[in-house]
Amino acid sequence: MTALPAALAEIREDFLALSTKDRLQLLLEFSQELPALPERYRDDPDRLERVDECQSPVFIVLELDEGVVRMHADAPEEAPTTRGFASILAQGLDGLPLEAALAVPDDYPQTIGLAEAVSPLRVRGMTAMLARAKRQLREYA
Amino acid sequence: MAIAADPHAGFQDYADPAKLVTTQWLADNLGADGLVVVESDEDVLLYETGHIPGAVKVDWHTDLNDPVMRDYLDGAGFARLLGEKGIRRDDTVVIYGDRSNWWAAYALWVFELFGHPDVRLLDGGRAAWIAEGRELATAAAERGESDYPVVERDDSTLRAFKDDVLAHLGGPLVDVRSPQEYSGERTTAPDYPDEGALRAGHIPTAVNIPWSKAVADDGRFLDRAALETLYLRENGLDASSPAIAYCRIGERSSHTWFAMRYLLGMTDVRNYDGSWTEWGSAVRVPIVQGSQPGEVPGR
Repeated sequence: MTALPAALAEIREDFLALSTKDRLQLLLEFSQELPALPERYRDDPDRLERVDECQSPVFIVLELDEGVVRMHADAPEEAPTTRGFASILAQGLDGLPLEAALAVPDDYPQTIGLAEAVSPLRVRGMTAMLARAKRQLREYA
Repeated sequence: MAIAADPHAGFQDYADPAKLVTTQWLADNLGADGLVVVESDEDVLLYETGHIPGAVKVDWHTDLNDPVMRDYLDGAGFARLLGEKGIRRDDTVVIYGDRSNWWAAYALWVFELFGHPDVRLLDGGRAAWIAEGRELATAAAERGESDYPVVERDDSTLRAFKDDVLAHLGGPLVDVRSPQEYSGERTTAPDYPDEGALRAGHIPTAVNIPWSKAVADDGRFLDRAALETLYLRENGLDASSPAIAYCRIGERSSHTWFAMRYLLGMTDVRNYDGSWTEWGSAVRVPIVQGSQPGEVPGR
């Protein structure tokens, strides 16, 4: 088994160290940290992929920049949970070599203690987001 | 000690005008002894981003559902939850939430399964409060604990199970999902995740009245006359007959249940919370596809 990339491992440790209530606060902080979409995507929304499995409209796009993964996402302010999911994945995947990003376990979202905090059903949206991100990346492989 | 109803003129034609409050009434009554405001949203983090000052949060997934069985809390669990939230049995509870009060109506329906005496909805929900630029707080409200009695859930009057629906076929039945889900083009709401139903379509004889038709663009309920046109005249429901509403998991149909029960005054309306995620996966229950209600199958 390959080791989990450092950023994702750290995010997991941070969540698991907290009580259920504080995990929600950390997820909220992640949602506030989601960077705005780069200008070039704001003007060209067709290049973004919609994550249908999430209850609120969320769009993601993965790029390979000189061998390094870049993830961008956009979700409305009224959907902080979805923004938080996207932000965790963006922070965890951004900057990874392609191979390392593709090796991230598909069930990572289910291992960071969010099922208790937000319910397993909602975590499904994040699992789907990771699957779609990896599928986009596979096109670069 | 129930708090006096909102005398808002626009509510007076409703069968039970006391079940709704306006944003202005709520703003004027915030902090009153005996009033508790509850936020219940689809998005579990919205409350943390800012809520009506003093409001406590109740989440449909993590608070109202039994964590193992597909069911709601039992009497002891509900007493524990409301005790932790600092809600007393004689408090007036006003619930509001995102998405035109879908989840707020669902929470209200669960509160009523336990017979909480006075539960109301904030007309227009969270969006109306925010659109009017009203005050929000981010720190979680601390009400202290209360001593809420253990009251057993009553599933016999407001809740329908699959067998009840089978026995009711041919009687007034309202499918509040989107036309695409009703006809069988898809099993999930447009823009929604798949919560798992193996077959698509609707329960035979159900009429399709998407839940959102009961509210205006601003998320507030239509007036009595418009609701009567929608449910009674256009779709042929009879206000005096027992009716059942369903959707996918019982949340959108709670909203319709509220409108039928309290705004139109239909005295016997039940919500089938098993809804399509149960019916669409159950073995040998009849299903109709297409845009017509269909017939009761021969028994």
